[in-house]
Amino acid sequence: MIRPDAELLLQITDLHARVEDQPILKGVNLEIRAGEIHAVMGRNGSGKSTLSKVLAGHPSYRVTSGSVRYRGEDLLALPPEERARMGVFLGFQYPIEIPGVSNLEFLRVATNARRGQKGQEELDTFAFEDLVNERLKVVQMDPAFLERSVNEGFSGGEKKRNEILQMALLEPLVAILDETDSGLDIDALRIVAGGVNQLATADNATLLITHYQRLLEVITPDYVHVMAAGRILRTGGKELALELEERGYDWVDEELAALELSENARTPLEVA
Amino acid sequence: MVLASDTTTGAADHATAIEAWSAKLLQELPPAVGVLADVQRRGRAALEALPLPRRHQEDWRFTDLGGLTALSPRWDAAPVAPPADWPPAAPGVTRLWLDGRSDPLAGVELPPGLRPLAPLELSQALGHTLAAVGAEHHWPVAFNHASAGDCLALRVSGREIVQLELVSAACNDQAVLPLRVLVVVEEKAQLELTQVLLGSAASLTSLILELHLGRKAAVNHGLLALGEAPASLLAHVAVEQEPQSRYQFTSASRGWALSRLEPRISQVSGAAHTHLAGLQLAEQHQVADTHAWVRFEGPDGNLEQLHKAIADDHGRSIFNGAVRVPRAAQRTNAAQLSRNLLLSNLARIDTKPELEIVADDVRCAHGATVSRLQLDELFYLQSRGIDAELAASLLKRGFCAEVLKGLPAAAAVWEPLARVLQPGSALSAPERRP
Repeated sequence: MIRPDAELLLQITDLHARVEDQPILKGVNLEIRAGEIHAVMGRNGSGKSTLSKVLAGHPSYRVTSGSVRYRGEDLLALPPEERARMGVFLGFQYPIEIPGVSNLEFLRVATNARRGQKGQEELDTFAFEDLVNERLKVVQMDPAFLERSVNEGFSGGEKKRNEILQMALLEPLVAILDETDSGLDIDALRIVAGGVNQLATADNATLLITHYQRLLEVITPDYVHVMAAGRILRTGGKELALELEERGYDWVDEELAALELSENARTPLEVA
Repeated sequence: MVLASDTTTGAADHATAIEAWSAKLLQELPPAVGVLADVQRRGRAALEALPLPRRHQEDWRFTDLGGLTALSPRWDAAPVAPPADWPPAAPGVTRLWLDGRSDPLAGVELPPGLRPLAPLELSQALGHTLAAVGAEHHWPVAFNHASAGDCLALRVSGREIVQLELVSAACNDQAVLPLRVLVVVEEKAQLELTQVLLGSAASLTSLILELHLGRKAAVNHGLLALGEAPASLLAHVAVEQEPQSRYQFTSASRGWALSRLEPRISQVSGAAHTHLAGLQLAEQHQVADTHAWVRFEGPDGNLEQLHKAIADDHGRSIFNGAVRVPRAAQRTNAAQLSRNLLLSNLARIDTKPELEIVADDVRCAHGATVSRLQLDELFYLQSRGIDAELAASLLKRGFCAEVLKGLPAAAAVWEPLARVLQPGSALSAPERRP
């Protein structure tokens, strides 16, 4: 839902980032307002997963220049846990298994951390169980998964449902979903996407990172961005995703080559 | 407890100090009396001939007993009463208090299926298992022989599951608590045995537990060793298993200045099932050492072994897992895994599998990992709003819980996970979390 007067939740400006000594993001610009659903598409290695991890504050990634403002605040100055408490959520492409830590307790501690930030009271075990049982419905998840260790022995689909369950409990304002569709069969994809649709409101925003168009058949984006070589090459509406599906990513290479040529041509001038 | 220096002069002085300490110890021991008088006399003779283990001995490479020389045992100290704040035993559990002096069975009504061994039975059975597992000549065993004045000896029989809990505490300065326990579990009998060893102040707990499992017997044995430095613990758990018996041993130790736990199991004709799970924490300047030993004397034996350790601060964790598979032990199936968390740059972990396999048709797997808390696991928790410190403690809990879940149900009253992980002393009851 595009409303030009909606709150500007996330503002990414000329973001550059590295992992180890490898530059990955090379000038990403993106603005996300409340109510919007954005999709970032691109080939493997285009930097789309890096973008999601940088936004969530993964310690292996280093921002070298540029800025990210979240509701006007400098997001990059905050540790990962504070970003999460303030409402930035990352749905992992490969959710981590944590043996010995009960899923239920993990969900409760996380939910209470977010509630504390919002000035809401902490939920005790009983109140939390009521809440979690209600939110399980969003992803049609079996309550038995609450008793197990976090993601341990979960199938790919169960892990992704557990991610969306966390999103349902944390009620983020910006949800970044990194390849949430990967490894899902069509039924699981429908359930997970259905969960995302149920959670999308006029007050929050979703950033879908995806490789394929099929996720966008079930979640309709307001904007589609094509990422290549660490920046957003083109932005359009949902029809851009269809175009990509039809034409593949080859045209991206051509566009990129043309862009680099013109940049190289410009460089001597700038130096002069 | 100060670790010995390794310089030549230092080592020589150290040796002299240890000899002097041993001699004084023997002189001061009270006269040998009671049912264990013979054992005491033999133990003292053995101690005289047996020097305190030194670090040039392979088995003691990383563990220095030199610190024990700071102890001047007070053999005449009055027996200690049970701690006032201990939790009540779980329903159906027979709890016995071992103070090394008074009769733990006095005034206790034993449940059906549990009875004390008669003196003749005791004299026949005592020491049999220790010999079978080749531990007779270990220094900690000789020390226990020399000093233990009584033995708790029980027989488990029948079809009912017997739930037994043994609790001891060495909490006075210069206290030495020698504990000797023998349990014979008859054919098809079942025992859940929970043992809680508490220790604080400059004290030493010395334990020998002998367990004999008859055919098809099943024992679930938990050992919760909660110490507070400078207390030390030397423990031998010697087990003989007849075919088709099942022995599960879950141990957890933390807080001791020095702990040395030696579970030694012999499957006397193979074809039994042994499940060992151990957890030890070495923090501050603590040394936590587990030397496990399992031998299969016949075919078709099974072993599953998991040992976990956390070393933090200047702590030092040692694990040695010996598995002996002689020619007679065909079709043995053994798996050993040692998993370690190294949480400080100054902590140290030594872990070593020691497999001796002569039989050719066997499956013996072993593995060891040493790691820090996984960055990805920490980040995952942080990305859900959980701060770094809480995330680290959740991961530590998860690491420990995998072992502790194997403790007998009766151990739950001690809140093992909370006690093992709470900051400060493990002896006090865990604080209630909001």
